[in-house]
Amino acid sequence: MAVLAQHSVVEGPAPKATGYWTGVWRRLRRDPVAIAAGLVILALILMAIFAPYLAPADPYRTSTLRRLRPVGTAGYPLGSDELGRDMLSRLIFGARLSLFMGITPVVLAFGIGSAIGVLAGYVGGWVNTAIMRTIDVFYAFPSVLLAVALSGALGAGFGNALVSLTVVFVPQIARVAEAVTTQVRSRDYVEAARASGAGGFTIVRVHVLGNVLGPIFVYSTSLISVSMILASGLSFLGLGTRPPEPEWGLMLNTLRTAIYVQPWLAALPGVMIFITSIAFNLLADGLRSAMDVKQ
Amino acid sequence: MSAALSPPEDRGGPAQPLLSVKGLLKHFPVKKGLLGGVSAKVRAVDGIDFEVLKGETLGVVGESGCGKSTTARLLLSLIDPTAGEIVFDGERVGSRALSLKAFRRQCQMVFQDSYSSLNPRLTIEASVAFAPQVHGLPRREAVARARDLLARVGLDPRRFAERYPHELSGGQRQRVNIARALALQPRLIILDEAVSALDKSIEAQVLNLLMDLKEEFGLTYIFISHDLNVVRFISDRVMVMYLGKVAEIGRSDDVFSRAQHPYTAALLSSMPSLDPDNRTEVAPLAGDPPNPIDPPPGCRFHTRCPLAEPVCSAKEPPLAVTDGSHRAACLAVQPGSGHSLAPPAAGSEMAA
Repeated sequence: MAVLAQHSVVEGPAPKATGYWTGVWRRLRRDPVAIAAGLVILALILMAIFAPYLAPADPYRTSTLRRLRPVGTAGYPLGSDELGRDMLSRLIFGARLSLFMGITPVVLAFGIGSAIGVLAGYVGGWVNTAIMRTIDVFYAFPSVLLAVALSGALGAGFGNALVSLTVVFVPQIARVAEAVTTQVRSRDYVEAARASGAGGFTIVRVHVLGNVLGPIFVYSTSLISVSMILASGLSFLGLGTRPPEPEWGLMLNTLRTAIYVQPWLAALPGVMIFITSIAFNLLADGLRSAMDVKQ
Repeated sequence: MSAALSPPEDRGGPAQPLLSVKGLLKHFPVKKGLLGGVSAKVRAVDGIDFEVLKGETLGVVGESGCGKSTTARLLLSLIDPTAGEIVFDGERVGSRALSLKAFRRQCQMVFQDSYSSLNPRLTIEASVAFAPQVHGLPRREAVARARDLLARVGLDPRRFAERYPHELSGGQRQRVNIARALALQPRLIILDEAVSALDKSIEAQVLNLLMDLKEEFGLTYIFISHDLNVVRFISDRVMVMYLGKVAEIGRSDDVFSRAQHPYTAALLSSMPSLDPDNRTEVAPLAGDPPNPIDPPPGCRFHTRCPLAEPVCSAKEPPLAVTDGSHRAACLAVQPGSGHSLAPPAAGSEMAA
């Protein structure tokens, strides 16, 4: 080491290094659509958290006399549903279950699917073939059908709906994870790390994960809207949340008979689902372009 | 300096080759059909023998697809050879005396694509410090070593250590790659087209840096390139490869001034010259190299060789000594081979 010591280095103030995430944030900030979508999601989350303070009325209190009041009725700013419950309060409280049903399965599937996909992609060979062909079997089912079939088999209920949605998303995320990992594995820096004698686990931790989790994360974000819609669908079919819980999909179901009487009222839960899913999709799009390193 | 990563010592003395390759063979199976049955194989490297002496630079040249890069990856065990063995300073790689990990400490590689060979999410300091940490150097010491090396390859660590690869130019990134290869204090560095992607002026700077480093750290280089001018400039000895085989190997001066193999001669005549009176008018070689899945019988070059005779497609030429340490795999220069141009057989010259 004597030779190297000659070139001893004076420690000095390092210029401000621009980290990867700093750059992502800088590019994201310049994308008004993504920022707007992010603000909408933030508002929805705040709405869910502070629902008891925001809702003007008890979302469970029924009133046989004031059923299906139109939007704008005094005391019912967004009307009342088929049991006379305040629509605005139910929509606000509904954000809790709907967002939970949208986000939780995707978070679980992100963890499980990434692990499976990175393993298959990094190890390669017959391990990859075995894992990915099994995944393909699940992937071949239309996701609605798979979710309905699993929920039906497990029995109706909130927890079972979560499990079946997670199972629906694991193969999709695993496929993306496998594709990205296979790509990263063939890069020269992974070869260089192998040539330096590093073990597989270290290489995955230091060199692979940092480069694959970003794209997998972006893809998963775009699945949140799908998850919400599927969860709503399960509730609509009576396989998810049960009445009288406020949940947008379930509300859409119970109000469907009122669609000829009060079409605007019946559409309101659908509007909420639409706004939430489009916000998540636009945010995912913004993230995707902001995470593209090639400026 | 921690004892965990002290420089490896020379074992066999200066006369023992640093690297000795025997019968190295790599066939890639070509999969066809639904059940993945192997129907053919690509003979990427088809039985090569060579030695790399201590402290020399061995240039490796050849057309693309001749097996240069496969050879480099085989030497580092990044891919497993089909057959053959690699002996490093007297010990077989993978034997009890020299584990693969111990060998990899002493043999490093610099890749052609400076961008894809650096992790975009790591600072260059972290990239250089990674390998010493793998070999047990504490993080602080590894980072200190990385900063020393960055300074040594001409990148001021105060300006560059915490930058990311995309903020650097191609030449700067290639300097980082060189620093990373040096971080384990290896004895052998394989440079796989390491300067080919750089501008000519930057290329010259990096070549000079490589020559300085070689002197300073007592390194041995295997320099793979398709650029004959660069190979001639940097190499002590040159190995010419054709279709997975060694066509000719010898001291750089011998190969460049007295090429024995017609393939080498054709390569040399294709070198662009700066002298307008000395321009190449005709293409020295026609067509593409044959498919390595189904190489021609006998001498692999006979399909494109100006000296080809019937004997060339019947008999595979061995890599035989032609003069001194100069060896070529061509029947036309081997006494008693049956080729009409072969020198007369004279007993003692049958060194093959």
